[in-house]
Amino acid sequence: MFSNLDLQQLIFGRLTLEAIPYHEPILLVTFIVVALGGLALVGAVTWYGQWGYLWREWFTSVDHKKIGIMYIILAIIMLLRGFADAIMMITQKALAVGASEGYLPPHHYDQIFTAHGTIMIFFMAMPFVTGVMNYIMPLQIGARDVAFPFLNNFSFWMTVGGAVLTMTSLFVGEYSRATWLAYPPLSGAAYSPGVGVDYYIWGLQIAGVGTTLSGINLIATIVKMRAPGMTMMKLPVFTWTTLASNAIIVTIFPVLTATLALLALDRYVGTRFFTNDFGGNSMLYMNLIWIWGHPEVYVLILPAFGIYSEVVSTFSGKRLFGYTSMVYATMVIALVSWLVWLHHFFTMGAGANVNAFFGITTMIISIPTGAKVFNWLFTMYRGKIRFETPMIWVMGFIPTFVLGGLTGVLLAVPPADFVLHNSLFLVAHFHNVIIGGVVFGLLAGVQYWFPKAFGYKLDPFWGKASFWCWLIGFWITFMPIYIIGLMGVTRRTQHFEDTAVQPFLTLAAIGAFIIMAGILAFVIQLVVSFFKREQLRDLTGDPWGGRTLEWSTTSPPPPYNFAFTPVVHDLDAWWDMKKRGHDRPMEGFRPIHMPRNTGTGVILAVLSTVLGFALVWYIWWLAALSFVGVLAVAIIHTFNYDRDYYIPAEDVVRIESQGAAQLVGGA
Amino acid sequence: MHETTPPPGATAPVFYDEEGHAHGDGGTLFGFWLYLMSDCLIFAALFATFGVLGRNYAAGPSGADLFDLRLVAVNTGLLLLSSITYGFAMLEMQKDRIRPTLNWLAVTGLFGAGFIAIELYEFSHLIREGATPQRSAFLSSFFALVGTHGLHVTFGIVWLVTLMVQVRRRGLIVANQRRLMCLSMFWHFLDVVWIGVFTFVYLMGAMR
Amino acid sequence: MSDTAIPFKRSGAIGSPCKKLRRKFVRGLAVFITSGLLAGCGMVVMDPSGDVAVQQRNLIIASTVLMLLVILPVIALTFLFAWRYRASNTDATYDPEFHHSTQLEVVIWTIPLLIIMALGAMTWISTHTLDPFRPLGRLAPNKPVPADVKPLTVEVVALDWKWLFIYPELGVASLNEMAAPANVPISFRITSSSVWNTFFVPALAGMIYAMPGMETRLNAVMNHEGDFTGLSGMYSGAGFSRMNFGFRSLTQQGFDEWVAKAKAAGEPLNREAYLKLEKPSEAEPVRFFGSVEDGLFTAAVGMCVAPGQMCVQEMHHIDRMGGAAEDSEANRQRLDYDSRRLESGSEPSGATFPASGRAPRSSEEPQGVIPRDQPGQERGTVPPGPGSGPAPAQLNTRPTDGHQH
Repeated sequence: MFSNLDLQQLIFGRLTLEAIPYHEPILLVTFIVVALGGLALVGAVTWYGQWGYLWREWFTSVDHKKIGIMYIILAIIMLLRGFADAIMMITQKALAVGASEGYLPPHHYDQIFTAHGTIMIFFMAMPFVTGVMNYIMPLQIGARDVAFPFLNNFSFWMTVGGAVLTMTSLFVGEYSRATWLAYPPLSGAAYSPGVGVDYYIWGLQIAGVGTTLSGINLIATIVKMRAPGMTMMKLPVFTWTTLASNAIIVTIFPVLTATLALLALDRYVGTRFFTNDFGGNSMLYMNLIWIWGHPEVYVLILPAFGIYSEVVSTFSGKRLFGYTSMVYATMVIALVSWLVWLHHFFTMGAGANVNAFFGITTMIISIPTGAKVFNWLFTMYRGKIRFETPMIWVMGFIPTFVLGGLTGVLLAVPPADFVLHNSLFLVAHFHNVIIGGVVFGLLAGVQYWFPKAFGYKLDPFWGKASFWCWLIGFWITFMPIYIIGLMGVTRRTQHFEDTAVQPFLTLAAIGAFIIMAGILAFVIQLVVSFFKREQLRDLTGDPWGGRTLEWSTTSPPPPYNFAFTPVVHDLDAWWDMKKRGHDRPMEGFRPIHMPRNTGTGVILAVLSTVLGFALVWYIWWLAALSFVGVLAVAIIHTFNYDRDYYIPAEDVVRIESQGAAQLVGGA
Repeated sequence: MHETTPPPGATAPVFYDEEGHAHGDGGTLFGFWLYLMSDCLIFAALFATFGVLGRNYAAGPSGADLFDLRLVAVNTGLLLLSSITYGFAMLEMQKDRIRPTLNWLAVTGLFGAGFIAIELYEFSHLIREGATPQRSAFLSSFFALVGTHGLHVTFGIVWLVTLMVQVRRRGLIVANQRRLMCLSMFWHFLDVVWIGVFTFVYLMGAMR
Repeated sequence: MSDTAIPFKRSGAIGSPCKKLRRKFVRGLAVFITSGLLAGCGMVVMDPSGDVAVQQRNLIIASTVLMLLVILPVIALTFLFAWRYRASNTDATYDPEFHHSTQLEVVIWTIPLLIIMALGAMTWISTHTLDPFRPLGRLAPNKPVPADVKPLTVEVVALDWKWLFIYPELGVASLNEMAAPANVPISFRITSSSVWNTFFVPALAGMIYAMPGMETRLNAVMNHEGDFTGLSGMYSGAGFSRMNFGFRSLTQQGFDEWVAKAKAAGEPLNREAYLKLEKPSEAEPVRFFGSVEDGLFTAAVGMCVAPGQMCVQEMHHIDRMGGAAEDSEANRQRLDYDSRRLESGSEPSGATFPASGRAPRSSEEPQGVIPRDQPGQERGTVPPGPGSGPAPAQLNTRPTDGHQH
């Protein structure tokens, strides 16, 4: 294109046409499918003239409910990507045994396991959890929105920006090969030159900004915006776990940001933080990244615990057993989670005292966790248990998760960890707790709160089909992987010499396909339920006999959530209101003060993503330009003082009378 | 918290707040304080990094060889003074006097700019002497810690100028007062961090 | 083929039949674990041959049994309660006010607490007795190390992607295969040349990191003779999957013969040979070195095998003395280590586009990795063929012209 190479470098950095892997059949097909799908979507939106609607009502929305839904949509899309990686990995492993080499060369396989880990944690589990917290928590505390609605929108789009940058690596250049935590020195400039690790770093940095800000936002919401009468010890358990989870986020994500920034400096500037030479210390990175990494596990699992608590209590028709001990258990887990990081590298040789200390702190976490399991058990005791779709997820969760807990405590015993570290046993363990704990919880949460968000229940048949596929698939996949781990097989190998592992890997691959059927059944469930929505319609706003405030408003809730802020007298506030006979006030409505939608969040996130892309490819002028752009847009945004408006009382009256008509019709 | 059901016949309590006074301003200052705490952890990570790498000179120059404590003392003085002048600006803000508020803010900004100028001079001097961030892990962690603080001050100055324009345009309205208070916390926070940097990096570095 | 292939068996020792395993377990331990284990007698972690690994295995079983004491009742109660209190069962008591019971709470917290206390005590003791840095106290249960037995020192260097074993007391070295006499304590000193790996012989003892510029230790003993597999457990780049080695546990006589064979092999391991060996390559055949240059391992730890390099040990000494303001620039040049990979023309372990010099995700293998479409072909160093010139650094460079696609 350009005869002068320097000019080309000036304009495109290290980006060249060769960066696009058009010669690789797998990627080419993927790209064509994605492109056609994208074009079809764009075409459909254009054809039906919905761009304006999407922009006004969704992209620029500061409504926590819409943002929550968008987070979950992002998570489901990324789940599909991450799961495609998983299927490729397990089939490669099952095929590449003995003389066979499978179909993925090592440098491609390495990118797949790196992408799988990164995407599943940062762009699947995190947005999913954040989405549920965003949607439910303000409703549970009787608030009209979060504390900083604009920030919420901005956080979401930054998460999208990180995901987009990570996905871009599929079609432009390559992704990191240095595993999902990018341990130096391997991830440093000397051993991993090229765009891979840079994509990893900037994808996470951009998303990390969003996560930290969203953490601050949700804490401020819980602390400052609870309904009158809702003291801390009357918070619903899910809100408590949200508080704990976000408190952890606010304390650990800055550490991640700093750590990745140092790694970026090593790669871009040539500093010596984590290099082998010049006094750099790669063990420091290991410590810093796990100071983030271990509490991160609890960021994900605590809200899931909250979901289980709500579901068990609702479907047992009983108040949660041991609420106070549940709250203390949550907070103890959150506190101790900061003191266990070293158990990820007992094998570094830190010495027996250090290892034993961190081993025991890790075990201590299992005490409150055990107490929680007992509390769920005794909530069921003397209950009236209805096995609707959300509840069966809990039934699948308890046995699955306690097994993960068992293997987790095993790994916390340092001498045992010496033989299990980095083995497939470890891989099976964390999939056991993340799938059996976090994913089951999130899917239970979707089944449970979907009618609140959309006004109709999800189809129970496909829901149960999805559950059974997930559960059976999980056990068939990961039990063999536990066993191979005990055969002394370590993780991240692209090929096995020993043919004895093949039957186990084949079984695991079959299990993965069963899980795929579970994901498929979930997608079918969404579609079927949409078409059957009139049959599945819930007009009461309280389809399950709920206990907390989110069930006291209509489904879906009006933009302002509550026309009148509820006043709380008891822990299960809505149950209390129902029991003691509340009267829904139908007059005396006032104009409601609401935040105004804004496109600034989208613009800032787009500019940040461009900045990330420019940094990955060394397109310095674009990096400078987009950085200045981010600053300028942020400053211009602060000159806009007109950020709120009032929903007139007449509109409130109209919306509320519609809701009342629904309630009457449904009753 | 585990109230029992009221005796039958008791009147149901108020379940809705019909007066509409429930929601305050959402706690901007609290949220900003949370942000500062998270920012504090970035510095904590950098301090920890300096703590681990601070003596890895890689057979190169150490703090004792490099630091000019007089320069750093001047720098510290500038930043501490800027905190005081920011305090004066806040006092004037409470008296609702726009002009003096702006003047004190300008003085604060100038002190901040002076601080940055001296820091840049110090950095360029070090680099000219061959004490670049690439020279050793000690210098990497030094430049990262001090540089991150400097970047924060730079952003603080940009923010300060923006706020001065906004105060001039709109006066000391509630929104601007809130913003000035946030920046005030930010500015004092940077001061506190600098005291840590001054003590652990410069004083302890130059003395050993 | 057969002369190059190492018996890569991930399945433990020859001659440790399932029968023995069964006897061992039924004797003292819970039956349910046994049934699980019998399904796969290839579980080397559960049936190791070295005393340290045996103790680690016993710890796994003991902890599991301890935890199952609470976990099995929990699972049973889950299904029991779920069945008993199902909504359709009108016989069951429904008590919506049952949400607090101090006695029950105490029990709920005490049970896990007691188990963790027991487990914590076990952890504290076993972590100290099984600290890999600590010299062995026993060869087997009730069999202390005899006073006259000196441990065999083996220096291990993890190279990209092969293992170098140096026997300093015997003056020999070997690549991708090590041997040791059974029932003699082995003292490993471990390092790595470029990125992290773990040194792991599952049948012998747990793993420990091999880290460049640093030295870790492992003390272990093998109680049975046989051929075992060792591997790296820490992902270290493209050739990582084949970074295995053979661990031969021999009689004293067999070991002496093995050493004699190595000595006879002749080829000396000096600094030049080491630097050549260090270049990335995969599935290297077993090789022996009849003599070893003095201080080679210390130099490998110090990242100063190449002439003129400053050793890490010397650098640490200077740093402890307060740095070196004067000779700083000269020292800087002598310390540069990581960039040698790029400068020597070898492809960095984790290179991606454009620095890899390959089109993104092309089927072309990274340098040093055997072609994947011809498995079992000549396994050895892939000589840098024409066109595979130096991989470009972290620079704004296009892939070198020699690479097609």
